[in-house]
Amino acid sequence: MPSSKSEKQLSTIKEKLVAIMGQENVDDTMSGRLAYSYDATPNFQALPDFVVSPRTAEEVAAVLKLCSDTSTPLYTRGSGTNLCADTCPIKGGVVLLMKHLDKILELDKENLTITVQPGTITKTITDRVEQEGLFYPPDPSSMKISTIGGNLGENSGGLRGLKYGVTKDYVMALQIALPNGELIRTGGKLTKDVAGYDLTHLFVGSEGTLGVITEATLKLIPKPESQKTILALYQDIEAAGRSVSSIIAHKMIPVTLEFLDQDTLKAVEDFAHIGLPTDVKAILLIVQDGPKEIVDRDIHRMAELCREEHAVDVRLAASDAEAEELATARRSALSALARLKPTTILEDATVPRSEIATMVRAIAEVAKKYKVRISTFGHAGDGNLHPTCLTDARDKEEMERVEAAFAEIFEKAIELGGTLTGEHGVGVTKAPYLEWKLGHAGIEVMKGIKQSIDPNGIMNPGKVFSEQSKQRMVMMK
Amino acid sequence: MMTAQIKQKIQKEFKEEMDYDELLNCMRCGFCLPSCPTYIETDRQEKYSPRGRIALMKGITDGVLEPDDDIAHSLDLCLGCRACEPVCPSGVQYGHLLEDARNILQRNKKQTVRVKLLRKGIFDELFPHQERMETVTGLLGFYQRSGLSKVARKIGFMNLFPENMATMEKILPDVPKRSVMKERPRFFEHEGDKKATVALFAGCLMDTMFFETNNATIKLLQKAGCDVTIPEHQLCCGALHGHNGELEKSKELAKQNIEAFESAEADYIITNAGGCSAFLIEYDHLLKDEPEWVDRAKQFVRKLKDISAILIALNFQKTHHLRLPNQTITYQDSCHLRNVMKTFNEPRALLHSIEGVQFVEMEGADTCCGSAGDYNIVQPDMAMQILDHKMEKAEHTHAQTIVTANPGCLLEMKLGIERAKKTGQVRAVHIADLLLEAVDEGI
Repeated sequence: MPSSKSEKQLSTIKEKLVAIMGQENVDDTMSGRLAYSYDATPNFQALPDFVVSPRTAEEVAAVLKLCSDTSTPLYTRGSGTNLCADTCPIKGGVVLLMKHLDKILELDKENLTITVQPGTITKTITDRVEQEGLFYPPDPSSMKISTIGGNLGENSGGLRGLKYGVTKDYVMALQIALPNGELIRTGGKLTKDVAGYDLTHLFVGSEGTLGVITEATLKLIPKPESQKTILALYQDIEAAGRSVSSIIAHKMIPVTLEFLDQDTLKAVEDFAHIGLPTDVKAILLIVQDGPKEIVDRDIHRMAELCREEHAVDVRLAASDAEAEELATARRSALSALARLKPTTILEDATVPRSEIATMVRAIAEVAKKYKVRISTFGHAGDGNLHPTCLTDARDKEEMERVEAAFAEIFEKAIELGGTLTGEHGVGVTKAPYLEWKLGHAGIEVMKGIKQSIDPNGIMNPGKVFSEQSKQRMVMMK
Repeated sequence: MMTAQIKQKIQKEFKEEMDYDELLNCMRCGFCLPSCPTYIETDRQEKYSPRGRIALMKGITDGVLEPDDDIAHSLDLCLGCRACEPVCPSGVQYGHLLEDARNILQRNKKQTVRVKLLRKGIFDELFPHQERMETVTGLLGFYQRSGLSKVARKIGFMNLFPENMATMEKILPDVPKRSVMKERPRFFEHEGDKKATVALFAGCLMDTMFFETNNATIKLLQKAGCDVTIPEHQLCCGALHGHNGELEKSKELAKQNIEAFESAEADYIITNAGGCSAFLIEYDHLLKDEPEWVDRAKQFVRKLKDISAILIALNFQKTHHLRLPNQTITYQDSCHLRNVMKTFNEPRALLHSIEGVQFVEMEGADTCCGSAGDYNIVQPDMAMQILDHKMEKAEHTHAQTIVTANPGCLLEMKLGIERAKKTGQVRAVHIADLLLEAVDEGI
């Protein structure tokens, strides 16, 4: 729903927006508004009143001040690929596009950093630094489309999280526009810096609920000199899960340790046509990088461990091109699954990696219990699975069962020492469950922070904080 | 401006005619965004992206969005290049959705009498009648040969036309006399060992304005070991109609073509125009609601192959010595040949096999050049913006020869060369013409 503002209020706001960044950067046409009424989260759609595209950090700050003064909701948006409805303007107001702020400002080869504007596409950064023999590891599946600003807001993960960590591990400094119209700078090109609270990491992953990142300085590392990829094939999905735990327990940390079940394999192969095995119950996609001798040794050892856990076959990717094809195919998994059913609801439950086999089994049991179709893929190595429910939003009765199934999966994840969301964010979809993870006191601390920075509650309202928490279910043990 | 009544009617027709499952199949992941030329060229405006356009279509279908001129413009600005389809993991058939939506909007468009007459003239009276195409082309030939064209250019007559129309006039190929077109035989015998019998889909434009390219195509097929027939009574493929919201006319043309080729009993039906082939290969979809035609359409579709694909299948590049004077060449994909026919390795493989040639892949060769059927006439600003960016990429390759596989792309490349003031230094050729040149040189 658009905000409840009167025509007159809206026209005053429009005038001011136009004064800040010019007519051409303020869109209130129906088609323009509808095109920003959604993101990649199923079943969420709401019309904003305005879509604006500021050209500088100062213009961003001015928009925030205006929204604050007029209590107008504001949603920062990169490419709209997020999966928790964080960019859906659920309370109307202003969608703030970062498309003009899309420059790489500096590549500092002496300090190994890159400074970028938030609208820069993630892959543009990756490609640029790799030309210089450097490496920016975070690689969310949407990296060809997503913006770095979105990655920062969501603290995105990716396929290389196991060895290299996630977005937050590579952020050194930020410029941030605050709701009061101030611009602040946090951090610096420093390995050590304990001056004050770590505001940099408060804003990373804050899902646009506190301020707007207008510039970021990211840490780079040397590009690993070689890389190898294997596929381990299983006829028993729990055996695949056990292999994951076994690899980690044997002190091996591969770059990538991905799990794909048969449904996912079939859907991905249908799209990519790269000869993925579709006659097995699950595969692990394992990548290691580093000096060649070490990569060879690790890959050999991991292949052995997979065979010990009854992998029916272990295959080595013949070339870098083939390895890249496999990674690209894996990145298409969610969208490829979408070809099977009208609605694809994906979750992001994460458990300690020692529990991955237990979690895989629990997901299968929940699917059976609620008679819903759940396909699972994900970053098994870091305990981050993506159980994906294939359903049809038009079938209300089934949707109720889907919701109950996911509630039980969340419950199970937390029981195993895990979390609701590993990398997609809380947004709207997981907000009602957040208290399960943080507890009441934890939520209150977050509310206090939110209140002090955004007292008028204009920043991405309705996200992270839920108006009504879900009752926790009592599980039959 | 659309009246309230028209808006209601459009909404109703969207509800009745749009494929709702296909609209739902888009899960809005945005994987299509980087592949969309108009999204990129409009500085990343979602309403000019496939995801945005599908959302607009769905909005109208759901009844939450009233159709308006802005929405119509969003759909009009789509090139229809379908680059979004191969990158869509969910397999959304965007082209079909676009065609259906445009069909509804076109039907409800309030047009001036002049535009109506012009459209009727082009879609009903000209393209479906090959003899009229020949007459028009014949007139063009007369204009060129008589020296009138030179006079017209000299006295600045062409300056009265929009800039790209005027440039377009300069780059049109020299067309043959009408009598030459009329007298061409309909059967050509294979050379060497016989490998296949093929029927050439001659195409309305290809067989008039690009008559020589068709002749080159026939010669290549003969050399590859094919008996070539050019079935009588074949007509325009109907793509121009289909992409302009005249689906009923396309269906008529499709049926006549299917009939015309059934009697040829060929192993393959060969085209040398990416734009036509992509439309032909979807005849089964076009006629899906007409049970008596579906199987016949499927038969037709199964036999369809682009010239480069058949040459590779018959090992032409290995059995013939291909050679050209030293030059750098690059290849601009025909969007429809690439994204719909999935033919993109074959032309490259053929070009790679020519001795004396250095092949340099152009960055973004797989994205539209802006020609897109009649797009460069109806959306000249966006078309020229796309083309100028394309020519920058072409320049980076330092190619003297730009090869294409579709008449629209070929004309567009010529237009781009003219606009970039590279006439005389860079040429654009159809792959069939270049290959024939290479065979002759290679002897």
